[in-house]
Amino acid sequence: MAQKVICTFCGSVCDDVEFDVEEFKPKKFCKLGRSKFSKKERIKAPMIDGKEVSYEEAIQKAAEILVNAKKPLLYGWASTANEAIRLGVILTEKVRGVYDQCASVCHAPGTLAVIEEGIPGASLGAIKNRADLVIFWGSNPMEAHPRHPLRYSMSAKGLLIKGRNDRKVVVVDVRKTKTAKKADVFVQIKPGYDYPVISALRALIKGEDIDVDEVGGVSKEQLKELAEMMKNAKYGVIFYGLGVTQSRGRDRNIENAVKLIQLLNRYTRFVIWPMRGHYNVVGSGEVPAWEVGYQYAIDFSRGYPRFSPAEFSANEVLQREDCDAALVIAADPVAHFPKESVKHLKKIPVIQIDPFPNMTTLVANVVIPSAVYGLEAEGTAYRMDGIPLRVKKVIDTEYWSDEKILEELLKKVVELRGE
Amino acid sequence: MHHMLHIKNGIVIDPKNGIKAEKMDIFVKEGKIVEESEIDKSQCKVIDASNKLVVAGGVDMHAHIAGSKINTGRTMRPEEMRMVRQIANKFRATVGRVLLTSPAIGYEYAKMGYTTSFEAAQPPIGALHTHEELDAIPMVDKAALPVFGNWHFVLKYVAEKDIEKLKTFIAWAIERTKGFGVKVVNPGGVEAWMYGKNCRNLDDEVPNFGITPREIITSLIKATEELNLCHSVHLHCNNLGNPGNFETTIETMKLANGFSNDKRQVLHVTHVQFNAYAGSSWRDVGSGAAEIAKYVNSVDNITIDMGAAIFGHATAMTGDAPFQFTLHKLLNARWSNKDSEIEGGAGIVPLMYLPKNPVHALQWAIGLELGLLIDSDKVVLTTDFPNGGPFTEYPYVMAMLMSKKMREKELEKVSPFVQKAANLPSIETEKSLEEVIHMTRDLPARILGLENKGHLGVGADADIAIYNLNPNEIDASNDYELINKAFRNALYTIKGGTIIVKDGQLVEEVWGTTYWVDATKNVDMKAIEDDLNEYFDLYYSIEKENYGVEEAWIKNPTRLVMG
Amino acid sequence: MIEVEVISGRTLDQGATVEEKLTDEYFKAVNYCELNEEDYNTLGLAEGDRVKVKTEFGEVVVFAKKSDELPKGVAFIPMGPYANQIIDPSTDSTGMPQYKGIKATIEKTDEKVLSVKELLEVI
Repeated sequence: MAQKVICTFCGSVCDDVEFDVEEFKPKKFCKLGRSKFSKKERIKAPMIDGKEVSYEEAIQKAAEILVNAKKPLLYGWASTANEAIRLGVILTEKVRGVYDQCASVCHAPGTLAVIEEGIPGASLGAIKNRADLVIFWGSNPMEAHPRHPLRYSMSAKGLLIKGRNDRKVVVVDVRKTKTAKKADVFVQIKPGYDYPVISALRALIKGEDIDVDEVGGVSKEQLKELAEMMKNAKYGVIFYGLGVTQSRGRDRNIENAVKLIQLLNRYTRFVIWPMRGHYNVVGSGEVPAWEVGYQYAIDFSRGYPRFSPAEFSANEVLQREDCDAALVIAADPVAHFPKESVKHLKKIPVIQIDPFPNMTTLVANVVIPSAVYGLEAEGTAYRMDGIPLRVKKVIDTEYWSDEKILEELLKKVVELRGE
Repeated sequence: MHHMLHIKNGIVIDPKNGIKAEKMDIFVKEGKIVEESEIDKSQCKVIDASNKLVVAGGVDMHAHIAGSKINTGRTMRPEEMRMVRQIANKFRATVGRVLLTSPAIGYEYAKMGYTTSFEAAQPPIGALHTHEELDAIPMVDKAALPVFGNWHFVLKYVAEKDIEKLKTFIAWAIERTKGFGVKVVNPGGVEAWMYGKNCRNLDDEVPNFGITPREIITSLIKATEELNLCHSVHLHCNNLGNPGNFETTIETMKLANGFSNDKRQVLHVTHVQFNAYAGSSWRDVGSGAAEIAKYVNSVDNITIDMGAAIFGHATAMTGDAPFQFTLHKLLNARWSNKDSEIEGGAGIVPLMYLPKNPVHALQWAIGLELGLLIDSDKVVLTTDFPNGGPFTEYPYVMAMLMSKKMREKELEKVSPFVQKAANLPSIETEKSLEEVIHMTRDLPARILGLENKGHLGVGADADIAIYNLNPNEIDASNDYELINKAFRNALYTIKGGTIIVKDGQLVEEVWGTTYWVDATKNVDMKAIEDDLNEYFDLYYSIEKENYGVEEAWIKNPTRLVMG
Repeated sequence: MIEVEVISGRTLDQGATVEEKLTDEYFKAVNYCELNEEDYNTLGLAEGDRVKVKTEFGEVVVFAKKSDELPKGVAFIPMGPYANQIIDPSTDSTGMPQYKGIKATIEKTDEKVLSVKELLEVI
């Protein structure tokens, strides 16, 4: 019989989905969630240099690598639970390493914008209840967060908005994406022109004229229309994605967008929110924020936390060869980092903790398989809007949870350091 | 492990038990204060407290120490984290200037001799996050107050004048959030903010509900009293931060007329400094503290806390989202906002109180005026951390309340605007050491309904602070620097019978309890079941069954059953 | 040969196979480059053809696909190891490499598309 579970794939963290344990069958999920809740190849057992070992032996070896390193990088954390992340932050502090998490190559430029300007936002429930204008800017939920449009944004029903016809949907993108095809208005901009387009909108909303016929490939007429739409909305939202954070301007694009939202709130209500990717990438920033003061790119080599993306983000550390070991958990930097960064990962001892084999497994010296949160392990995750949810354990497993692995690893590290 | 302790020859001030600077011994066993006869002296650790002040551990009844607000504040303000307090050793590394990391919060309270702190505003749907952060704070006991004043269930039941359903809902919500009581922030005003508006006056209508803040507050007091919760309604008033708002504050306090409770107040009005402004604009703003004090002193069912402003850095973070937007515009500062489902909202804005800025100096003066002019049995010492400034400056506020001379010296440094706009320069009152101990220990404990906190009677929790002060020798009026210094670093802080601080240094890490209130016994949940199902189905973005916090998820919970 | 700007990004198939990186499904989900029809025709491509994408930062051989989502002059490669051969690794001190909007040339090639493992070996 199917029971309610909470999906642990993307930042939407749908909590209305079901799973039939006997048949191992997901229900109501999107394609991404179904893939998560399906049987697939697992890392069979803990391994040291390709040889199968016990959990205890693998953890002993991992602890030795971390303790013997001058400056280990502990990276990943976006697809695990807060309980594990907290232990990971404490572990990094203990071994005086560098803590960085997947947002570093995803939404961390948005965090830099929060530092510059703050973030005027809302929970997804507030948005579904109130937003009569939804703008997806450089985000494509139809491919990256497939149930987001239905549950929270495009066609979600709520207090003031009774369905798709009660709201306008705009997509701003360089591609006519699947999401753009479902929008009322598609604004196609040239790659790398988000910043000037936002600046033009700020000017137009303030009632200033812009002295050009087009900006970033968008005609002045269309910009004016969009500005009017935004100003006339009762409650608008911009959901921005990697189209903004990973292209030219990065954090500055979002900073400019936040300024646009500040301005719009002088006329109406408007909020902005990032379309966070992994199911608990929010937790991988929130937990270190309360434990050590920062969200990512944190160095402990002096015994206290220092934050500097220019120095301590995973890609900077790897490209400057500024770490001599790495622990990778719940992430796959070998697949997702530029090759300049992967080069160094191939040279140093790597410990991997993950349920599934991936490209990082191919370079890892110590591989520790773990249970899948939401299916085989229980823990706390933060949805993209920061709403906490306790993901469930519905099937038993021999695999240890990340929390247990890290608890034992931390103990072992303390022991080896003679504390 | 709990030691048996014998605290010998200390000079004890314990206002609840009528002990006024008397030389006496205190005995501790299994985390509690016990009779001498309970103790086996051969097994007992003796602490020589000769000529030292011995008091109960401090109780902070209103601070923002855990949850999405302070954490977004930390994220927004890495500049706050550059102050390194402690390098990792046996204890955690800690950083933070005014905003602190969770371990730093616990450690700094402990060093100051505080052993209990309450998170003053828990966004209900974020309760699990708040509890995760509370669980990351070592040393102190803690709890969280969920926010009710703009929650659609509350607005609905107030509109329907259905107190029974309102009571049931409150019991449900406090249980689900593992909360402690009924916090109310700008009732109706935050709902109005969803439409870009606010409710600055008690009779402003809440959009789409046909009710007013007056009705919301009155109904919540009535429901809370009928449920007989250990803590009263805890109210952040409408019209916060605006010149002339002291009148709204007094009008609000009058809503408690007709309600009474044998054990405690029926309305606690919080961080009143921000709600005690006279005048009609920032040009002619002045202090309304004297009028508020006069009113509070004349009734016996209201308590307040100061919300004192401390010069230096601070971060405004409240559930009062429209006020935060006003502040953002006023200061042209960074601004975070969070509209939350159908529960209300919140905002965050960094700020700094500058002594030479006339308005800031006035705020500083008003906070102190409230502490001085209101009966010591009705006003608690707070800074509404981190809104008015750091809790680590409580010793400064204590010393200021006790010394006219210190105030005169401080007044020389601040904007002369204070001389005409505030009462502070002419106030002669000097609170006694006993009064200040009362305002930081047993008064907040009584207001919260914590019978075992804030005093040193037999049966009380063995939360004890020993300071390097001899109450029988100190002349606080002149030796204010000694007061200010002594309360910053306890000689000993004892938490639940364990010595956690010695000579101002951490010696052992302990994990306190998280209190939560269970008032579900006297209500029938069936009364609101259909409404809950309907609202979760239509207006929430998560399932009802996934809403809330289970007791098993909390590190060290204590359930307090009401009724 | 044509000049384009390359962007990388998520797709449904890439996401659905992201926890099965060593499978053929993942290989298929990330080893191609989408082009606007006009660009596709300019290069004289047909189904199954490969292209070599070259930037200042590297080169990679992937399968070519026609897409109705792209304007002329913009090419798309799903996020993953193939795209990461050619994106701009520098972070401008933000920590974030530039994964989108890289100037590139694209030409038809007879070279083969490396497997995920082979790709790792040549790094």
